[in-house]
Amino acid sequence: MSEGKKALLVMGCPEVPVQMSMVIYLAHKLKKSGWDVIVAGTDAAVKLLKAADPESYYVQNTMDLDELIASVVEKRIDFDVCFAFMHSDAGMTYGATFSAISRARLFAVVFGKNAESLAESIDYPAEKIVAKATHNPNPLKNKIDKVAL
Amino acid sequence: MSCVEQLKYKLYLERTSFKEARDYIEKNSDEVYYVDPGYKIFKDYYIIGVPPVAMGVRGKEMLFTYVKPCHGTFVMGIDSEEEIARLRENEKAKIKKSLKSGGLKAQADSVTAPVSFADVYKR
Repeated sequence: MSEGKKALLVMGCPEVPVQMSMVIYLAHKLKKSGWDVIVAGTDAAVKLLKAADPESYYVQNTMDLDELIASVVEKRIDFDVCFAFMHSDAGMTYGATFSAISRARLFAVVFGKNAESLAESIDYPAEKIVAKATHNPNPLKNKIDKVAL
Repeated sequence: MSCVEQLKYKLYLERTSFKEARDYIEKNSDEVYYVDPGYKIFKDYYIIGVPPVAMGVRGKEMLFTYVKPCHGTFVMGIDSEEEIARLRENEKAKIKKSLKSGGLKAQADSVTAPVSFADVYKR
């Protein structure tokens, strides 16, 4: 059913540990369900991802965040769903940008110490997945598992 | 790295929230324009932001927000008459588009005070 559909995972700043774990988990889960998955992030985030998955077993396609935004704005690429990971105001701002430039169904994956207040500040169209998780990924994983695509 | 960082710029706010950066631009510019996220400036920088994204003009300088995932939002100022002219043109195009689709015209019509029947009858 998801064959040929495109999913985008947008990584925020990689300083909170649960992010990388959840990105790898979700990318693998979507891939197994037939989605074409691209993971985008800063140079540092993409390096962390590639170091953890050297043979691209879990994540096959990565892209630089700025290049990806340029491609979406210039209409060279777009997605059916987008998961924007965020734990800071900057991450929330990137989510708003994707909400405006892409036609994808947007999920704001909000985590970290201030997850609840950050989620409240999201006033753009997005489905929110919120868990106050920093080191333990399970609260976030449980909520991600409930998402029906 | 965007080409913006290679240009001669001034930083007015650093590592702040997007909302504070927008407030700064609105309060410290001679002219304020609002653009959509993804608006392109200086060849390869696509504006990141929560709509409405404010961009300011102060003399020859253009003020705008620059967001970095790990460092927050910055307010940058770069002298560029070319970009300022483009910003003004973009605003004109938006107004024209709005007029064509009946946006501003419809608003203008609705602002006009309703004419009373008694006045028409007197005339």
